[in-house]
Amino acid sequence: MSPPGPPKSESRSAQHEGSHASSGAGRFEMDELRLVVGSMVILSGATALLVVLPYLLLRDEPPPPGLKPYTEQQLKGRQVYIANGCLYCHSQQPRDIAQAPDALRGWGRAPVAGDYAYDTPHLLGTMRTGPDLLNIGARQPSRDWHLGHLYQPRAYTPGSTMPPYPFLFDVRQGAAQAGETVVTLPPAWSRPGQVVVARPEALALVEYLISLDRTYPALAPLPVPKKAPS
Amino acid sequence: MDFTVGILLVTFLLSLLALFVFIASMAKGLFGSGGAAAVQIFDDDELGTVEDPAATQAQRGSLQRAMDPGQQAEARTSADVAARKRADQSSSLVVGVCLTLSVVWLVLASFAGLISSIKLHSPDWWVGMEWLTFGRIRPVHLNLVAYGWCSMAGIGVALWLIPRLLKTELVGAKWALIGGGLWTLGVVAGTVAISTGHSDGLEWLEYPWQADILMIVGGALVGFPMWLTLLRRKVEHLYVSVWYIGAGLLWFPILFLIANWPGLHFGVQQATMNWWFGHNVLGLWFTPLALAASYYFIPKVLGKPIHSYNLSLLGFWSLAFFYSQVGGHHLIGGPVPSWLITISIVQSMMMVVPVFAVAINQHLTVLGNFRALLYSPTLRFIVLGAMMYTAASVQGSLQALRSVNTVTHFTHYTVAHAHLGLYGFYTMIMFGSIYFIMPRVMKWEWPYPWMISAHFWLVLVGFGVYFVGLSFGGWYQGLAMLDKDTPFMDTVKLTLPYLQARSIGGGLMTLGHLVFAAHFFMMGWKFGPRRLGAALLKPPALLPRIGKGARA
Repeated sequence: MSPPGPPKSESRSAQHEGSHASSGAGRFEMDELRLVVGSMVILSGATALLVVLPYLLLRDEPPPPGLKPYTEQQLKGRQVYIANGCLYCHSQQPRDIAQAPDALRGWGRAPVAGDYAYDTPHLLGTMRTGPDLLNIGARQPSRDWHLGHLYQPRAYTPGSTMPPYPFLFDVRQGAAQAGETVVTLPPAWSRPGQVVVARPEALALVEYLISLDRTYPALAPLPVPKKAPS
Repeated sequence: MDFTVGILLVTFLLSLLALFVFIASMAKGLFGSGGAAAVQIFDDDELGTVEDPAATQAQRGSLQRAMDPGQQAEARTSADVAARKRADQSSSLVVGVCLTLSVVWLVLASFAGLISSIKLHSPDWWVGMEWLTFGRIRPVHLNLVAYGWCSMAGIGVALWLIPRLLKTELVGAKWALIGGGLWTLGVVAGTVAISTGHSDGLEWLEYPWQADILMIVGGALVGFPMWLTLLRRKVEHLYVSVWYIGAGLLWFPILFLIANWPGLHFGVQQATMNWWFGHNVLGLWFTPLALAASYYFIPKVLGKPIHSYNLSLLGFWSLAFFYSQVGGHHLIGGPVPSWLITISIVQSMMMVVPVFAVAINQHLTVLGNFRALLYSPTLRFIVLGAMMYTAASVQGSLQALRSVNTVTHFTHYTVAHAHLGLYGFYTMIMFGSIYFIMPRVMKWEWPYPWMISAHFWLVLVGFGVYFVGLSFGGWYQGLAMLDKDTPFMDTVKLTLPYLQARSIGGGLMTLGHLVFAAHFFMMGWKFGPRRLGAALLKPPALLPRIGKGARA
């Protein structure tokens, strides 16, 4: 056991003195001013690049001629889509055929910024636990299919891991009343005497899903050159 | 468009040049004073003395011998001790409250995560209640983790470090306490909003503006006291940890405010903003807080200064510069301008600069002292976290490459990566920090060291299963999705065993958190033998077991 301390504390005080000696003119070191200025300049740069520049570039981007604004009912459905977090399993951004075979799965062409002219908040998504939905309305235009699929996905797609949404429906014994939309389930999943009625949220959601259709051309067609027929 | 690209290129080169001039200008002066700033965290006679309040007295003895054979830990006698004591006392109430709240959020967030995980492979489980549907409980999990556990724990640790590092009493601790309360109310309000279907619909930004306001006001009430303390500092040098905390406290409110401003963002622009925020909240908020903690606790526990002060300078500024621009890599293949994505990919690769600066610095400090990990609970969690930081960052850089991203984008691989960062790195470092801080705050030792051990092994094994399972599952899922002849349903089915493995891993992690939380509250109610001071004379029977476990 050597006596504790002395050599170390000596070197420590030497460092202390060194620091005081060097704290004269022209010494650069981190201080509050450099911290604030440096960190703010860097963040402003990143913000200009990733937020402001896209804002300026995309602000005046016109919607493609083939894209229609959402109706009130579709917007209501879009809120149901957001409220139930569909975006955590479904993207809305097919990739270009050069990168991935999304188009071959029937998900549609690669979208352009204008395709999302009416999409605020954006629902591009980051996950494909389920398929891309940007063109689900073109791929599957049946309201009955969507309603039944929301009630019990596995009645239509065996092996699906999508959750059912029973709280978007009323299940009753007896008949439906006038004006109610009855869900027609495949025979194996329907029970005699029981009726499944879609609530307004389910109907709105289906309207939104069916509106998802970006199959129009991304760019306006080029003017046809006038040439004499040969 | 060409004009834009030209401007961008010039801006990029200029800013890169400016960054290096900036660093060089500071490094120039640091040859004289760097050493002094690096030992700022030690009081007189403290250099060479290990410290870990979470260790038992016998562990501390072994720790000291592992670091410096032939030297005994000894009591310090210095005026600095009194200053540190006052600094600790000024923050102890608010730190204790913040850390307690964070532990509550951790447990709730773990259950939300576990439920989400099970629902991914058992979709007909618990479907009757709206608030428990996958699309709600998953964002509840993410937000509870991010704004509940991670932010609260980080704020608690920062509130404790700042007065200590500046040897200055915390200014306005009362306000910070109110701030922590408002922030918590914001998290509660946001969670209720998501559960009842009132989400904003953007990942990381689900909380509606009403909840955001509570968090902004609360955050300001926490941030101002720390900056006021900084401006009244009684020490000459700002230690590395102070830079990270100080900058993080400036960055986060700006990010949060711009991102949540109602009606400002639209369509695809909102998507780029979304990932500018989503990645910066990790890079400019969580990462600085955790690095601040590891830059303090690694040298502090070992009793030796950080390897290179200049490297930490490089690490800090290059982190700020490169990390702030990587967000676009979340939109590779999306309908966004390609220059934006390219810049983000380039900066993602440049992230190896700060990562290696931090890695070399921290790992070289630990190198040669690995025996210390056997005895110090704090160090064990923090060194593991620091290793995961290197791993997560390198993985993140590679994942930003277009070729890799084409496979991993839209898959569970990304989820595994996110957990390597926020769990493997951030959460592990917070665990270690809490083990160090709470004995100082409570003036009471951790009652049952075996529970620390159980916590460590449960979360380590659990996370190992989680990460390995999900990474492989996600990678295979990505490959299958790229094969045009594989039906989509096959890409769903092939992930099932991996998702089940993830639930098992997640279950072990949750169990570990329950052990941790139980231990935390036992300490709060002062359970266990009174072992503070010189009360402990016989070595606990546990010690050899910890040693054997750590070696295995």
